[in-house]
Amino acid sequence: MTTYDVYVAGGAVLFALGTYGLLERSHLVHKVIAANFMGSGIFLVLIGLANRTPTPEPDPVPQAMVLTGIVVTVAMTALGLAIVKRYFSETGRTTLDADEKPGERR
Amino acid sequence: MMIVFDILLVATIIWIAVGSLSQRQMFKSVVMFVIFGLFMAIAWIRLSSPDVAMAEAAIGAGVTGALMLDAIGHLRRSETPYASAAEPEGGEPDA
Amino acid sequence: MPERPRIRLVPLAASLAVFALVLRAVHALPDTATGLSAEMTAGAKASGIKNVVTAVLLDFRGYDTLLEIAVLMLATIAVLSLRTDPDALSRRISGVAGPVLGALTRAYVPIMIVVAGHLVWIGSSGPGGAFQGGAVLGAAGILLALSGFARPRWSSGAPMRWVLAVGLLTFIAVALLPLALGGTLLQYPDESRKSLVLLVEILLTLSIGASLTSLFLASASDTSEGERR
Repeated sequence: MTTYDVYVAGGAVLFALGTYGLLERSHLVHKVIAANFMGSGIFLVLIGLANRTPTPEPDPVPQAMVLTGIVVTVAMTALGLAIVKRYFSETGRTTLDADEKPGERR
Repeated sequence: MMIVFDILLVATIIWIAVGSLSQRQMFKSVVMFVIFGLFMAIAWIRLSSPDVAMAEAAIGAGVTGALMLDAIGHLRRSETPYASAAEPEGGEPDA
Repeated sequence: MPERPRIRLVPLAASLAVFALVLRAVHALPDTATGLSAEMTAGAKASGIKNVVTAVLLDFRGYDTLLEIAVLMLATIAVLSLRTDPDALSRRISGVAGPVLGALTRAYVPIMIVVAGHLVWIGSSGPGGAFQGGAVLGAAGILLALSGFARPRWSSGAPMRWVLAVGLLTFIAVALLPLALGGTLLQYPDESRKSLVLLVEILLTLSIGASLTSLFLASASDTSEGERR
């Protein structure tokens, strides 16, 4: 077992955890956080795989892809949270559950 | 020996992620999310990607954390007054 | 307090399925990859950009970065159009900051601007670049806004929109330039490669910083609305 194996496996676990959270958690901010975890998991897999090169420095192309991915993730998060806030001010709900009463703590 | 550190680091990252998603209070979730970002930055350093580490620390932990704290602040602030304020303005006036 | 764990079947199945898929995809790859390190390092040496990651981002795979900035712009436009307060970008946020935050902000923001500039400049030879610099600039903007400093009126009008767009517009112009000279898209002429990349990077930093700040401020305006309720 090498260093990159650990991070690749951890990334896969993180991606699976994010998937579970995205589907199971009902609070919309939890869903945004879970989507972020999915992204981080994939980034770990990518950078882990970039370290398989025989040279000590990792492959620069996955690094650049992950940098791009981080900026796209923050754009996604900001848009997601803006929609959550707008949804909240329209409906008073923090989940997609139609039975939730406005103002009810979850 | 560094492999032990790697395993511990990855385990900590996953543990923080689980913790963040299993909090009932959103504030705790968001704080754990910010801590998660900082640990991810350490992981990037271990994977010899300093460029990614810097972006993660500044964007992943900093800016995203600020956005999330602002969002939950908004949700929480309006939570209590909503029930009383909702009736006059949100109660389908022309239904 | 953590909730009592309650496992649901469908999310669990989906999560195990994606886990298996990722592991399968990774397992299908050979144990050691040659990667593109050698080609990229050689190419970067030729272009004079010593940090290979920066060279990949803005030169060899500039197309990715161009589209990424377009995504960031689209998200900013979307968030700005979701705001309820048209003056969101220049409204003063009050009631958050105390004297300590104000004093710290006064000391830190100039340093953060210098650090952002340094990160962009050093990005061609070491870790750093437009994204890291832009992120520091965006953080400085958010800090300024949170500390309750009044922002100039232009920060929500047409001048701010130009700052937001200048990075993407310059990048598109620089990408199209080789077409006029008989090359292909994003194929910079060798002699001016480093200066073109640096020009794009500096303007991208401004745009990234401005959009990160706008993403925050556009939604932070709703806070004051929440207080008014």
